[in-house]
Amino acid sequence: MEKKIRILIGKPGLDGHDRGAKVIAAALRDAGFEVIYTGLHQLSESIVEAAIQEDVDIVGLSILSGAHMTIFPKILKLLKQKNAEHIIVIGGGIIPEEDIKKLIQMGVKRIFTPGAPTNEIVDYINSIIH
Amino acid sequence: MSKDNWKEKFSKLKERDINFSNLSKIKINPLYTPDDNKDLDYDKDLNYPGEYPYTRGVQSTMYRGRLWTMRQFSGFGTPKDTNNRYKYLLKHGQTGLSVAFDFPTLYGKDSDDPFAQGEVGKCGVAIDTLRDMEILFDGIPLEKISTSMTINPPAAMLLAMYIVVGEKQGVPKEVLTGTIQNDMLKEYQAQKTWIYPPEPSMRIITDILEYCTENVPKWNTISISGYHIREAGSTALQELAFTLANGYTYVDYGIKAGLPVDTFAPRLSFFFNSHLDFFVEIAKYRAARRIWAKLMKDKYHAQNPKSYLVRFHTQTAGCSLTAQQPENNIIRTAFQGLAAVLGGTQSLHTNSMDETYALPTEKAVKIALRTQQLIAYETGAANTIDPLGGSYYVEALTDKLEKLTFEYFDKIETLGGVVPAIEKGFFQREISRSAYEYQKALEKKEKYHVGVNIFEEKENVEIDLLKIPEEVELDQKKSLKKVKEERNNSKVKKTLIKLREAAENGENLMPRILDCVREYATLGEMCGTLKEVFGIYKEPIIF
Repeated sequence: MEKKIRILIGKPGLDGHDRGAKVIAAALRDAGFEVIYTGLHQLSESIVEAAIQEDVDIVGLSILSGAHMTIFPKILKLLKQKNAEHIIVIGGGIIPEEDIKKLIQMGVKRIFTPGAPTNEIVDYINSIIH
Repeated sequence: MSKDNWKEKFSKLKERDINFSNLSKIKINPLYTPDDNKDLDYDKDLNYPGEYPYTRGVQSTMYRGRLWTMRQFSGFGTPKDTNNRYKYLLKHGQTGLSVAFDFPTLYGKDSDDPFAQGEVGKCGVAIDTLRDMEILFDGIPLEKISTSMTINPPAAMLLAMYIVVGEKQGVPKEVLTGTIQNDMLKEYQAQKTWIYPPEPSMRIITDILEYCTENVPKWNTISISGYHIREAGSTALQELAFTLANGYTYVDYGIKAGLPVDTFAPRLSFFFNSHLDFFVEIAKYRAARRIWAKLMKDKYHAQNPKSYLVRFHTQTAGCSLTAQQPENNIIRTAFQGLAAVLGGTQSLHTNSMDETYALPTEKAVKIALRTQQLIAYETGAANTIDPLGGSYYVEALTDKLEKLTFEYFDKIETLGGVVPAIEKGFFQREISRSAYEYQKALEKKEKYHVGVNIFEEKENVEIDLLKIPEEVELDQKKSLKKVKEERNNSKVKKTLIKLREAAENGENLMPRILDCVREYATLGEMCGTLKEVFGIYKEPIIF
C-alpha cells in the first residue's frame, strides 16, 4: 500500500485566526492525507520539533498576523539546523505579493492567498509529492 | 387574486437554478405575505422603539435624535503612529475611537518577549506600560471622546491604564465613557486570545463588573461579541444564539458574585457582525433585542429597563472581503453597513477595501468612513425608525431566528451551560463545521462570491499597502527598556506582590492593578503574575 502523504498544519506565533488553518486541515484530511494540526500559539521551535517527530512530508503554516517575514525564515533555518530540509514548507494567509516573492526565494515552496480553493491546494500537494 | 392562484401560476413558471436559502441554511420562500405574520402581535412582539421588547430599537428617537457613532477600529505600529491616525480620523469626522492592539498586547506579553518576535505593532498598536498609553491619547481629551478597546485577557490592565491617563489629564474616572471587550467566553469559542482557564477568567470579569459599577459607572464593562464567532465561520443564527448565551452566562456569574442584576446589566453592551446575508443580518439585530429583553425580564427579573437593552456595535464582515478585485469590497461593505443601520446599530465600523492584504492605508480608511457618512447623509435610511419593521419577510425571519435561538439555548443547557460546553468543544466544533461547509458550498458553486467563484478575472492587483517598518519593534523595545530603567523598580515589585496576594485571596483585583499601572509595571509583568496563580488554558484540538 502506498504511504499516505503526511502534512503538519501549524499556527505559529500569537495569531489566533484559525478558520483558514482548520478548513484546510479538514479538506486535506477529506482528500486522504494524514493531517496533524498543531493548535494555536506555537513557537517555531515546537512546530519544527513536531514536524520531525511526526515524520511529515510537508509543513503548512497559516499566518495572518503580518509576522510572516520573521516566522517563515525562522522555520526554514530550524529545519536546516536539524537536517530536515527534505520537509517542504508551504503557507497561506494575508501575505502581500512582494513578500511572497521574497519568501519563495528563501525556500518556501508555495504561498496560497485568500480565495484559493481547497482542491487547488490538494492538487498542488499531490503534484509535488508524487 | 387569491394566494393559491398566485402559487399555481408561480409553480408553472421556471425558477433560477440556485439554492434559495441563506447562509444559516434557512429556506427562503419566494414570497412572504400576511399569512407569514399571522401570530405577530404588534404591542407584544414589536411595540414602539424604546419600549419593551425593543424589537424596533432601543431608543425612542433612534437616528432621528442622534446618528450612530462612526467608530473605525484602528491601531498599528508605535503608540505615536496610532496617535497620528486617531487625530486624522477625528479630523475627518469620526466620532469615537476604537483601539486595535497588536498580538503581544492582546496576549498580555511585552514587546521584548520571545513570542512577540515579528509581531510588535503589526496587527495593532503595541502597549507595554502606562507610558505607551499616555502617548496613544496625547492631545485627545478623554472627557470628550468615547473609546472602545478590543482587549480581553488583559482588559483590566488596559482599562486601568486608561483610567490613569484620565487622572493625568484631570478627567475623573466617573465621567470616562467607552468600552472594553472583556468577553472571554467568545475567546475560547472563536477568537482564541486567551491566557488563563475559563473559571479564573470569569472571576477577573466579575471583578471588573464590580469595580466599574462603583467607580467607572459610564463604562461598558463587557462587549458581548458575536463578531468573532461569525468571522471564525459561524452562521448568523449561531452568532446570535452563542452571543446571547454568553451574555446570560455573564449575568449568571455576576449574580453568583453577589451583584444585583440591575447594578451591572445596564452596562453590558454587544458587538455583532454584518455579513453578506442582508435581510438575515437585519432580522438578527431585531431578534437579539427581543430575546435579550424577554429573558432579562422573565428569567432574571431585572427591574431597570436599561438591563433589557441590547445596545450594540457593528462591524462589517472582514471574512467576506476578497483579495480578488479588491475595489468590490467597498460595495460589499456599503451593503453590510446599510444592513447594520437598518437593524438599529448604536455604532459602526466599516471595513476598508485593502484589508485582505494588510492593515488599511489612510485613503482606504477614509473611503470606508465616507461609506457610513453616505448612508447617514445621503440614503435617507436614517430618516425613519426601523424602516423594515412590518415587512412580511423581515418579521418572519426575525421570528424564525428567535425560535431557532431558543433551540440552541436548550442544547447548550443540556451540555451543562456555556463553560462546560466550551470545555467539551461544542461551540468550536459547530463553528468549524459551518466554516468548512461554507467553503465546500463555494467550491461546489452552491454559493457565490463575486471575483472568487463567479466573474473571476485574471488580474494583477495593484494596490497601495500600509507597511509596518521593522524599526517599530526595535523602537518599541528601546522605549520599554527606558521605562524599566526610569521607574522605581522596588515599588513595582511591591505592587506586583500585592496583586499576587489579591489573586490568591479573592480580593477585587482592580485596585491592585491600578497600583501596578501607576508604577509603570509592564503588561507582561502583571499578566505573568496572575498566570502564576491562575495557570494557563490549553485548547482542545478540533478540526
